[in-house]
Amino acid sequence: MSDVSVERSAMFEYAPAPESRAIVDIKPSYGLFINGEFVDPAESGGFKSINPATEETLAEIAAGTSADVDIAVAAARRAYDKVWGPMPGSERAKYLYRIARIIAERSRELAVLESIDNGKPIKETRDVDLPLVSAHFFYHAGWADKLDHAGYGDSPRPLGVAGQVIPWNFPLLMLAWKVAPALACGNTVVLKPAETTPLTALAFAEICQQAELPPGVVNIVTGAGDTGASVVSHPGVDKVAFTGSTAVGRQIARAVAGTGKKLTLELGGKAANIVFADAAIDQAVEGIVNGIFFNQGHVCCAGSRLLVQESIADEVLERLKRRMTTLRLGDPLDKNTDIGAINSAEQLSRIRELTAAGDAEGAQPWSPDCQIPDSGFWFAPTIFTGVQQAHRIAREEIFGPVLSILTFRTPDEAIAKANNTPYGLSAGVWTEKGSRILWAAQQLKAGVVWANTFNKFDATSPFGGLKESGYGREGGRHGLEAYLDV
Amino acid sequence: MTSLLASGEALARLRGLPGVDQVGLEQRAAGLATRSIKTTAKAWGIDTAISMVDLTTLEGADTPGKVRSLCVKATRPDTSDPSCPKVAAVCVYPSMVATAADQLAGTGIHLASVATAFPSGQAPMEVKVADTEAAVAAGADEIDMVINRGAFLSGRFDVVFDEIVAVKRACGEAHLKVILETGELATYDNVRTASWLAMYAGADFIKTSTGKVSPAATLPVTLLMLQAVADFRDETGRQVGVKPAGGIRTTKDAMRYLVTVNEVAGPDWLSPDWFRFGASSLLNDLLMQRQKLASGRYSGPDYVTVD
Amino acid sequence: MSDRLSVRKTYKLYLGGKFPRSESGRTYLVSTAEGTPLANAALASRKDVRDAVAAARKAQAGWAGATAYLRGQIIYRVAEMLEGRRAQFISEVRQARGGTVKAATSEVDNAIDRLVWYAGWPDKLAQVLGGANPVAGPFFNLSTPEPVGVVAVVAPQTDPLLGLISTVIPAIVSGNTVIVLAAQDQPLPAISFGEVLATSDLPGGVVNILSGKVAELAPWLSSHSDVNAVDLAGVTDGELATDCERSAAENLKRVLRPSTEDWSASPGLDRLRSLVEIKTVWHPAGV
Repeated sequence: MSDVSVERSAMFEYAPAPESRAIVDIKPSYGLFINGEFVDPAESGGFKSINPATEETLAEIAAGTSADVDIAVAAARRAYDKVWGPMPGSERAKYLYRIARIIAERSRELAVLESIDNGKPIKETRDVDLPLVSAHFFYHAGWADKLDHAGYGDSPRPLGVAGQVIPWNFPLLMLAWKVAPALACGNTVVLKPAETTPLTALAFAEICQQAELPPGVVNIVTGAGDTGASVVSHPGVDKVAFTGSTAVGRQIARAVAGTGKKLTLELGGKAANIVFADAAIDQAVEGIVNGIFFNQGHVCCAGSRLLVQESIADEVLERLKRRMTTLRLGDPLDKNTDIGAINSAEQLSRIRELTAAGDAEGAQPWSPDCQIPDSGFWFAPTIFTGVQQAHRIAREEIFGPVLSILTFRTPDEAIAKANNTPYGLSAGVWTEKGSRILWAAQQLKAGVVWANTFNKFDATSPFGGLKESGYGREGGRHGLEAYLDV
Repeated sequence: MTSLLASGEALARLRGLPGVDQVGLEQRAAGLATRSIKTTAKAWGIDTAISMVDLTTLEGADTPGKVRSLCVKATRPDTSDPSCPKVAAVCVYPSMVATAADQLAGTGIHLASVATAFPSGQAPMEVKVADTEAAVAAGADEIDMVINRGAFLSGRFDVVFDEIVAVKRACGEAHLKVILETGELATYDNVRTASWLAMYAGADFIKTSTGKVSPAATLPVTLLMLQAVADFRDETGRQVGVKPAGGIRTTKDAMRYLVTVNEVAGPDWLSPDWFRFGASSLLNDLLMQRQKLASGRYSGPDYVTVD
Repeated sequence: MSDRLSVRKTYKLYLGGKFPRSESGRTYLVSTAEGTPLANAALASRKDVRDAVAAARKAQAGWAGATAYLRGQIIYRVAEMLEGRRAQFISEVRQARGGTVKAATSEVDNAIDRLVWYAGWPDKLAQVLGGANPVAGPFFNLSTPEPVGVVAVVAPQTDPLLGLISTVIPAIVSGNTVIVLAAQDQPLPAISFGEVLATSDLPGGVVNILSGKVAELAPWLSSHSDVNAVDLAGVTDGELATDCERSAAENLKRVLRPSTEDWSASPGLDRLRSLVEIKTVWHPAGV
């Protein structure tokens, strides 16, 4: 097969197409959002949120201490006992609909803010993140007054106060996945956004004010790992929800033991994306690219292992490489950018460590030529061929734009390799044969199976993993269970 | 160039083509459509698109007067700006070729004629070949033929293949564009099969539509055909061009097509030799956008000519 | 302060997204409960019924093909628009049905809240009514609800706004399109509601509102072969209702019999459920 060393077109250069930053108004500093107001934290000396594409400081963020968490939980408890708990579902619904509509109205502003704080391309925040956020609130608003019909019996009750800790990869979307069902079911929340991406959560706090949400129903306490630990271990919290790494999830599960708190966890993954020889090959290549390079691979359900049937492996590889040469890496606010910045220096060094390990173990890396900007955190989209099941890069979650490529001979072997991991979040299957899709879906030990597509999310579709990818579902009718006393 | 493979071998190869997933294909096209082409890129894109236009009139009411008017427009699209590129070709019915040839003499603009009982193709083979020969004799250097959709949809691929080979022979030195009429083929799988069939049979260009049936050209269908020509060149070494026709009305549409050419087939296809727009009203929109880039003001229909 | 002469509204039909007069040219006088003349409402004819059914059929595939999320957003927008005209409708409803302002206010508020309730159903109905079936074999088997198609509704004769909303909106939730005959003596709130629909991004033809005589039009709605279901909620004459049900049997329409339910009570799933068909799909699961 021909070697693919394609030069970038000299003829059709896309000129810069920047989305304007003028639409956002980032304050120099933010307090904590407790009981409907922004308040100063108990201790000063917070931390900075930076733009990972440029390393510029965006704002000073408060670091919530356990004292602050205490106040927030108390506010949530008061709001639950006096206002939100007794409120009829039809009224809760109206608040949530207001929030959904305001998010839709301000979605461009929020998309730009998310790209600046997180590093992901505006194309994704505008076209994927924000529409899903608004839809998630809209969908759950409609459950608030229909819980009788959700399949949990007559008048299922909420749990009380939910303590929620979310990651940095989809900051506002993860907030929506936590807050919307919690509120719809009648709970109040204390939410800790990720340390590196607090800004859209703080904007959401303003939106709660704009919607005139009763004080204390939503509380946002910014901070780092210790703030999160305070939230999940607070005795006044009835329900804990965490999305993040399996390692931290394990700690939380241990901490919650014996406390009576209900817990749901959405953790890591090392999903297999299985391409059979009879796949619609061009769409499969798109699915591979989308599976691992969407959101710079910072996706728990990313298709980070390509399992390609040996008979078409060369062809798929060549098409994949050619496709990757059209990926554009750069300024997240440029509308033509496909690959944005890595979220933090810390994450970048983790990605580098694992890819170096892959190289050292004997797998062969390849990346298209990319112009890496001088400042900021960047990693070119990379594939490894010659990966074997026992390699670290086939086992450990890299959480970056790095694909490990393995082969298989038969469907049974594909399933065996796909399932051979402690994780079980998602999987992809590419074949034109319907019965094989359904057979594979039955065999795969994954909470989400994507057939002939990948990375599709919807408010109505339950999401969550098996095994060490966590437990509990978010979205859909099934996702309500986490926030009901059933 | 004659057909690359004997009919039997070509037809066997068609069965091995991979399927096309509709949703995946359309989502890729939608993704490409979000590319934002601004400033210098837009200026280059507009000029390139203008140079790729096959300015077309295919109406029962066409007269020599109408055709002459179109030819003058083709030669000098923007009367107020001589730096504006010329179009690639004028496209007319065989009966109008002589008039067009006279008007276009010495301009370097190609003269394309539809043929083979365009648009339906429902005529005896001898008539279709004679149609082609007449157009070539009258001065057409490009022929846009239609495939036999009835034969295709009833599975008689050999008939479709042989007709293309015969028309290609009748073209002589003229280039052959083969119109698949994708709107009638109904599925993307069929479009892929028809594309390869046409290329194996000797097409110089594959073209989406006659423009007389809706849907005509769409971005996903064109993406698919660009994929096909790229794969065909990889397999055989021969490069075939692509022409979407019908329903492309705005500069925004045209930019999306150029992006798709760039990212799917590659920059080798970004010239009028390998990519054309079959359009009539598109040209004026391109001209108005070109004027806006030059002047900074939005333009209007009074500042471009009717053709 | 001088008495300003008001500009009176002409009440026409709401059909195919537009406001035509009856093709018959007829009208009938509508008065308040106290007998004061209010307006001439269009007196719809069987040809208006015919045209409304055609409009509903034309709009049905597109409406059913829209995402459930979009249908929900549009129904929510209807609520937004009605909320914006709350004062207007309280006045119209009170004039139509008589009684107190308080009762009219209650009807209008219930109507808005009911729209909000239904706005949250399109993207949940399949989850509540459908599901996978564990058949005894290597097959994937899924049941999902689909709209029946075009639904004719005779709106309740009481609660001129709330009654109409309670019978029409559950039908469109799942993707049906509707022809509704407004309450015969109190049609004006329904016609004004057409204005609300027209400004809500609801595609033309999804809901068509006729005003006229039940005895004249109910038989035409019930016998029309391109109507898939008929809701006889507002047919108070028992014999007429029976005749309608009998003629509906010709093309085996689904029939909802006349109802004396309390329209202000919480609706439940019955109407949502009775206007869908369950489709079950099998597919083998094997290598």
